[in-house]
Amino acid sequence: MELIADNLAVARGGVRVLEGVSFRLAAGRALILRGPNGSGKTTLLRTVAGLQPAAAGRISLDREAMAYAGHADGIKAPLSVAENLTFWARMFGQAGIDTALTAFDLRGLADRRAGTLSAGQKRRLGLARMIVTGRPVWVMDEPTVSLDASAVALFADAVRAHLATGGMALLATHIDLGLPEAAVLDVAPYRATAQVGDAFDADFDEVAA
Amino acid sequence: MASVWEYANPKKFIETTDRILPWVAGLAVVTLVGGLIWGFFFTPADYRQGSTVKIIYLHVPSALMAINAWLMMLVASLIWIVRRHHVSALAARAAAPVGAVMTVIALVTGAIWGQPMWGTWWAWDPRLTSFLILFLFYLGYIALWQAIENDDTAADLTSVLCLVGSVFAVLSRYAVNFWNQGLHQGASLSMDKEQNVADVFWYPLIVCMAGFVLLFVALVFLRTQTEIRARRMRALLARERLS
Amino acid sequence: MIALLSRDLALAVRAGGGFGLGLAFFLIVVVLVPFGVGPDEALHARIASGILWLGALLACLLSLDRIFALDFEDGSLDLLATAPLPTEALVSVKAAAHWLVTGLPLVAAAPVLAILLNLPAMGYGALVLSLLLGTPALSVIGTFGAALTVGIKRGGLLMSLLVLPLYVPTLIFGAEAARRGAEGLDWTTPMLMLAGITCGVIAVLPFASAAVLRVNLR
Repeated sequence: MELIADNLAVARGGVRVLEGVSFRLAAGRALILRGPNGSGKTTLLRTVAGLQPAAAGRISLDREAMAYAGHADGIKAPLSVAENLTFWARMFGQAGIDTALTAFDLRGLADRRAGTLSAGQKRRLGLARMIVTGRPVWVMDEPTVSLDASAVALFADAVRAHLATGGMALLATHIDLGLPEAAVLDVAPYRATAQVGDAFDADFDEVAA
Repeated sequence: MASVWEYANPKKFIETTDRILPWVAGLAVVTLVGGLIWGFFFTPADYRQGSTVKIIYLHVPSALMAINAWLMMLVASLIWIVRRHHVSALAARAAAPVGAVMTVIALVTGAIWGQPMWGTWWAWDPRLTSFLILFLFYLGYIALWQAIENDDTAADLTSVLCLVGSVFAVLSRYAVNFWNQGLHQGASLSMDKEQNVADVFWYPLIVCMAGFVLLFVALVFLRTQTEIRARRMRALLARERLS
Repeated sequence: MIALLSRDLALAVRAGGGFGLGLAFFLIVVVLVPFGVGPDEALHARIASGILWLGALLACLLSLDRIFALDFEDGSLDLLATAPLPTEALVSVKAAAHWLVTGLPLVAAAPVLAILLNLPAMGYGALVLSLLLGTPALSVIGTFGAALTVGIKRGGLLMSLLVLPLYVPTLIFGAEAARRGAEGLDWTTPMLMLAGITCGVIAVLPFASAAVLRVNLR
């Protein structure tokens, strides 16, 4: 299995932000996206995860292969940590949540109401969800926000374990994760040439027409 | 023979409508003024309804266009969903307020007519009620267009709403009929000439209906042009900022 | 699908889930109506079925924006969209959960509240049956409205404007069946029409809801 993005263009609100993005990600490898705020990392990740259509280009794997973790963790405050994870495991047709609880050191919190967790603990719960999806490609947007150093180490271990089983990871982050084997892709060179408006308005651009 | 889809090109649409708009608008004025003068001053008063009957020259054509405008929006929405021509979405958007105003004219003239005829300004008669519901559909459609910033999203959502709304509007029509049999004279005043509209009323009525159709077409052309030009301007301004 | 349904039900009954709010609203409407129309009990008996239908409809309407808004805000909706579940199934489950949490309790409460309005004894059967058949349609149509307005901030009022006209046929046939029951008339025809509408919207409308939800999520 291999994730190939071929000449991908992605759009935010109908306006292209990145163009001509191509990369290959083999099984067991990780790719880290870098670029300043607003450069289109989130849009690229959402497009790869299948949450929005690509403006152009092709992605070799469809959304059935992707697990996505964005800025929001999708945690339900009234449910316990274990209930939250069990729900996602069942939605993705997986059985146990034990590996996920252990990997992110959530065992002691399993029966706590998710609403009472700290920001870092919530983040760990959100990342533990990636494990219970059982999907081969992890697509993660700033996964380490609000994590402390030891939690970042847990996260790096989890990613490494995932890669070791033939998985892939595509992540956007600013900090050093301690994943020296991961390739790095700077999105800045792919910034789309400025346009006159969103796709709808562009149809009415006389000069281009 | 060139494909009809050529006119989905904004430039071609503007060129073509620019050429025919004066004719359509002019004809609309001529037929409306002619038909209304003929109807108001050169037809006899009805032996039962007296001169109040003359309001049909406004009431019937506006009611006709209230429904036809929605049908046009339905067709335009389907074209947008299937072929994604931007002009089509904009034409549907442009037609909605015109249709809503037609509905209001039909309702108000109906009330004015109903007062002397039925002794009440408003009756929950099936036809009146259906038009009131149709007006609510217009309001919802227009409000949805205005609530969404991204034009592509708005066009998609309003198209689906127009489709679903059409089904429910027809359902409502039957439900309302079932609910109250009503006072309204049967289908007498619509297209069915044979029934009980004498020729002397019928001919000016046809002219007025043609006038309303032309007026609607002219307004939709004009409003669609405005929408297109507004977007052209936005594109030009953006281009200027870029250079 | 069962996982999603049971999660939504669990969320509804836990603290802050809003379970029972619809019921309380229904009760308040029924209590307020006599204040509005005067203490004439014969009049109450005559309009009872209509008031109960309208109260149930408004109670349904009030809870619609919770169907997708909460999941949209906390990111669950994005994550659900990546799950191996067709969007059509997602909206159907959401509608089913809304009916179980809001519609079904209203059906159960209606006969109790009917006592307050002096509904004639022979009207109870038709009232409960019409609500049982009609409230699923209210939930499914409401889910369509909620899917249309999910991305719009403060979309609650807009959603009411979009959903209420769509409720007209359901209300007409439902209230008509209940009214005929209360007056001892034959209510077969409106009841069958109501059942037809409910079956029709359950079969077809989820496709429209899923289409607009996908547009709103992209």
